[in-house]
Amino acid sequence: MEILVPTLLTIITAATPLLFAAIGEMVTEKSGVLNLGVEGMMLVGAVVAFATVHHTDSAFLGILAGILAGAGMSAIFGILVLGLQSSQVATGLALTIFGVGLSALWGQSLVGVAYEGLPKLSVPLLSDIPLVGPLLFNHDILVYGSFAVVLAVVWFLGHTRPGLVLRAVGDSHDAAHAIGYSVLRIRFFAILFGGAMAGIAGAYLSLAYSPLWIENMSAGRGWIALALVVFATWRPWRVLVGAYLFGGITILQLHAQAFGVGIPSQVMSMLPYLATILVLVLISRDQNKIKRNAPACIGKPFHPTA
Amino acid sequence: MTGTNEETPSDHLLALRGMTRSFPGVLANDDVHLTLGAGEIHALLGENGAGKSTLVKMIYGILKPDAGDILWKGQQVSISSPAYARSLGIAMVFQHFSLFDSLTVFENIVLGMDKRESSAELRREITEISRHYGLPLDPDRYVYTLSVGERQRIEIIRCLLQKPGLLVMDEPTSVLTPQEVEKLFETLRQLAAEGMAILYISHKLDEIKALCSRATILRGGRVVDSVAVEHETPHTLAAKMMGEALAAEPEPKAHTPGEIRLALDRLDVPSANEFGIPLRDISLDVHAGEILGIAGVAGNGQDEFRKAISGEVTVAAGQVRIDGTDCGHRGPNARRLMGLSSIPEERLGHGAVPSLTLSENSLLTSFLRLGLLSGGFINRSACDRFTDEVIEQFRVKANGAQAPAESLSGGNLQKFIVGREIRQNPELLVVSQPTWGVDAGAARAIHDALRDLAAAGTAVLVISQDLDELMQISDRIAAICAGAVSATYPVDRVTMEQIGLLMAGASTLEHAAEAGHAD
Repeated sequence: MEILVPTLLTIITAATPLLFAAIGEMVTEKSGVLNLGVEGMMLVGAVVAFATVHHTDSAFLGILAGILAGAGMSAIFGILVLGLQSSQVATGLALTIFGVGLSALWGQSLVGVAYEGLPKLSVPLLSDIPLVGPLLFNHDILVYGSFAVVLAVVWFLGHTRPGLVLRAVGDSHDAAHAIGYSVLRIRFFAILFGGAMAGIAGAYLSLAYSPLWIENMSAGRGWIALALVVFATWRPWRVLVGAYLFGGITILQLHAQAFGVGIPSQVMSMLPYLATILVLVLISRDQNKIKRNAPACIGKPFHPTA
Repeated sequence: MTGTNEETPSDHLLALRGMTRSFPGVLANDDVHLTLGAGEIHALLGENGAGKSTLVKMIYGILKPDAGDILWKGQQVSISSPAYARSLGIAMVFQHFSLFDSLTVFENIVLGMDKRESSAELRREITEISRHYGLPLDPDRYVYTLSVGERQRIEIIRCLLQKPGLLVMDEPTSVLTPQEVEKLFETLRQLAAEGMAILYISHKLDEIKALCSRATILRGGRVVDSVAVEHETPHTLAAKMMGEALAAEPEPKAHTPGEIRLALDRLDVPSANEFGIPLRDISLDVHAGEILGIAGVAGNGQDEFRKAISGEVTVAAGQVRIDGTDCGHRGPNARRLMGLSSIPEERLGHGAVPSLTLSENSLLTSFLRLGLLSGGFINRSACDRFTDEVIEQFRVKANGAQAPAESLSGGNLQKFIVGREIRQNPELLVVSQPTWGVDAGAARAIHDALRDLAAAGTAVLVISQDLDELMQISDRIAAICAGAVSATYPVDRVTMEQIGLLMAGASTLEHAAEAGHAD
């Protein structure tokens, strides 16, 4: 029992950055754009958020700066792929490489600087309930925020007209253009949202998950987030399940290794990937559902003059 | 020019003056004039590539004219976007449907609406319009599960919901039954009587005679004539449209059926997805040298039927035989080697790969029979040669064998796909909607080619929603309804109305007659 609550809490902190990054990328992809620069946007978000907190001592400004940094990176991507019709795959990869280098450069003087981490926001009374209290009602603002974002995305895509338009643009940009929607503008906003969410995921890493800055601290989480979107077949609740599944098994296998379970550590390290792929493949066997949810125009450039 | 009364421009709902638009290398519209009054049904006639689509796209704000004025209700307007066109009261049914496959019917309709209404209210209106105009549709189905004909209904309903002043319709009847066409015409006449202007694009001259009061004829981007339809015959209209007279289609020759090429024996195929149509107990023979037509309203299992024959869907042993050999369990390539060719309804994405060149698209269905592979390598020059032959024989307007399939207009791509299969001299050809969206001249060429093929001993199975076409080219005819195929009848012994009964689900004419007496 004593070990259960701290373990579950680490699972939540491991899943939160994945959830942010994946839900943002999901919205971008739903509009028909594949942005492979998640890792780079996360790193820039992380370093900018950390530097801002270091200089202003304001967690709020730090998070805001992380969001803006991620969105700024995605704006570069958006201008290149939408305005200049560059290849989405190549531009996204370049964005990641750029982000890794830029964050390392900006973060040089921040290595070794300490920060106490984002303050916990306890819900009065509720957080005193044994077991459930600390698990559900005693987190920093970003953990609550990640759930709010999932709910907002579910509502936006499923129940609002702009959300419907965004899905329509991802399904057939030619038809959307013929009816009279501005494909490029809608896609640009979707890209910005994806960037902002990657930035906030980075801010969570450097302000809450391990409150410090080290080079390349996202350690491949941007790529995991990209994979989660595909395995979750572009559905927000499944992105949530996938992020927690991956975060959960990552933490559990670390604990298992610490206890000295007699399985080679390499195999244990594989488990989160294996389990996530397996579960998400099993729940997405239905071809019809994939057809309904996968954006048909993903990765295809759109020429508005045609 | 026939003398229409001199009117002041303000009498016209829409007046186009000197519309000009060029694309790289093509002058698509050259100084086009057109006037249209409220309550008028006006035909826009022309062959593929005559510039009809370009003109209506400018009216609907998708393309900007290089020169020319648009006057709407006497006021000069600059239509910068479809949304602005809709706000003026201009609605359009597209030839290539502007629909979203992964969204539901209802969502597709919402996306085309500018004014916001509660969804309950919109649903009520959709139900009302679909019942009133005989366009049945389930609002909660996903578009990718619908047939071409059902998709078109979405477009029409989407337009009618906006209660427009001008309705532009691009080939609206090509997928409807005669009864449905008549119903649609009643609707259009009613709309016109209520004051709506309709700009009606069609290649079907009979329809234009039946429906329209005036016609503007385009050829090569220019207006060749603007006429009052009552003074014209389909023949004079065709002559103006093509610049040459079109000989009447020859009567089908009495045929002597040869041996059985394709035998279906109690073909039973369960549906592949929840919205598909299961095929039920279909028994049918197609003989060498005959054309068997399968009539039917869109969405009655035509696609499933064709797939079961082509081998895209395999079935139980014994249900499909080609030349007496059981091939129910064999795939498409094995059946091609047995002499079968198949032409699907959907041109881009099913009949051809959009981004590949015509030459590569030729290779995809013909490499086995024409030996276009040598030692595993593609014989490019043979592919090109074959493709050039198809382009020449079927007068495909394309920029050579290396043009990507998606660069062709719908009608030209159809000519290419049909030509590609016919040039392989199949012993058995299954073709779905052979002339959908194709102009009169090209349709004629395709019909001739199909008849020549049958005369040379090929068994031809034509699945079409165009009953006129089937009556013209078939030797025998049957109808498909809800996945079951009726008895077959020699085409000279049945009437359109009788086939309409079969299309509505009667298994034989005797049954239909009994049901009629029972009423």
